[in-house]
Amino acid sequence: MKENTPIERLYNGILKENPTFVLMLGMCPTLAVTTSAINGVGMGLSTCAVLMMSNLIISLLRKFIPDRVRMPAYIVVVASFVTIVEMLMQAYVRSVYTALGLYIPLIVVNCIILGRAESYASKNKPLASFFDGLGMGLGFTLALTIIGAVRELLGAGEIFGFRVMPESFEPVSIMVMAPGAFFVLSILCALQNKFKAPSATNHGDKFCEGNCASCMDKTCHIMERSEDK
Amino acid sequence: MSFFSTLFLGIISAALVNNVVLSRFLGLCPFLGVSKKTSTAVGMGTAVIAVITLSSAITFVIDHFILRENLRYLRTIVFILIIAALVQTVEIILKKKIPSLYKALGVYLPLITTNCAVLGVAIDSAQKSYTFVETMVYSVGTAVGFLVAIVLMSGIRERIEHNDIPESFKGMPIVLVTAGLMAIAFFGFKGTIG
Repeated sequence: MKENTPIERLYNGILKENPTFVLMLGMCPTLAVTTSAINGVGMGLSTCAVLMMSNLIISLLRKFIPDRVRMPAYIVVVASFVTIVEMLMQAYVRSVYTALGLYIPLIVVNCIILGRAESYASKNKPLASFFDGLGMGLGFTLALTIIGAVRELLGAGEIFGFRVMPESFEPVSIMVMAPGAFFVLSILCALQNKFKAPSATNHGDKFCEGNCASCMDKTCHIMERSEDK
Repeated sequence: MSFFSTLFLGIISAALVNNVVLSRFLGLCPFLGVSKKTSTAVGMGTAVIAVITLSSAITFVIDHFILRENLRYLRTIVFILIIAALVQTVEIILKKKIPSLYKALGVYLPLITTNCAVLGVAIDSAQKSYTFVETMVYSVGTAVGFLVAIVLMSGIRERIEHNDIPESFKGMPIVLVTAGLMAIAFFGFKGTIG
């Protein structure tokens, strides 16, 4: 497949370099909001919107932003779009807005967004960057929906609010509480390892071991050095 | 209840009952990434305490005297910029004035800007319109909770390393299982404060 075409970018974001399952970035919202599938979709789509727009703008501005102040510049762009998304959600999808609460403004510090800005949008053309954002965003949405659906199914016997388990099923309520998030993600990671699917956990050197700090290549090396000492 | 017992309960509640990592899922990245050795975990935890305390004091002042009612929608942008600038400033000052401390904490400082616990605490206490004292108690408590969680985690991980783990659980999965069990243990603190 040809590099940097829209289709290749979508495939890359959704499957080949899925931000949650392969790169293991942005773990905080992944674990925190996935108590139900619908929350996962809400969080995923709002992140996707921010990611697309910030990638597009940063790519357009890539020749004007001085190298030394690029991080603050990216943060301002991302934070502006997060504020816009937050206000739109507050106005039109009130229920999702209340369910996600604090985690909407925290999209700013989601490492997927800064990571893509730094590693892709700042080096590539606007159209490719836009589709890179769309692909990564959809990949994130997909991952969050899957985790949310598994937790909702086990914890409440429902998916998207529809009852799928028989009446006799006793909900394992710990799955929708904090520890359940860790357990579900750990089982998913273990399955990936089992079937040798590429992920940050078994390709440690390539993806900096699924650490958020790998947003910025620079800090990734700092981490390695500090671990060596 | 006297002033000091309220303070104490506030810190306990923020540090243990509603632990920032294990029940509110903030700051997970450093919690999973920098918890391989106890020494690095202590360094990271200390740096986080310093940054959270400073940043919530500054954001409180800015929120109350500059943003107030009519510029409230700028909170996210202003807060993240304050935190980024603060982290940079602290790094420069430490490098110049206290090189020994910079050596110990310096490597963790750039990572803290993207630590969602810092921004999370600032926004949360602004949204709940806490007073200055409440904000400080809440942020110090949260930061102490982060230190407790990451140090405990690193201790456990150092021991896990020499154990016989199933092949597919090596690496991240076993760490996540450990975190889940720790989260269950921290549930035990619920109900200690009425």
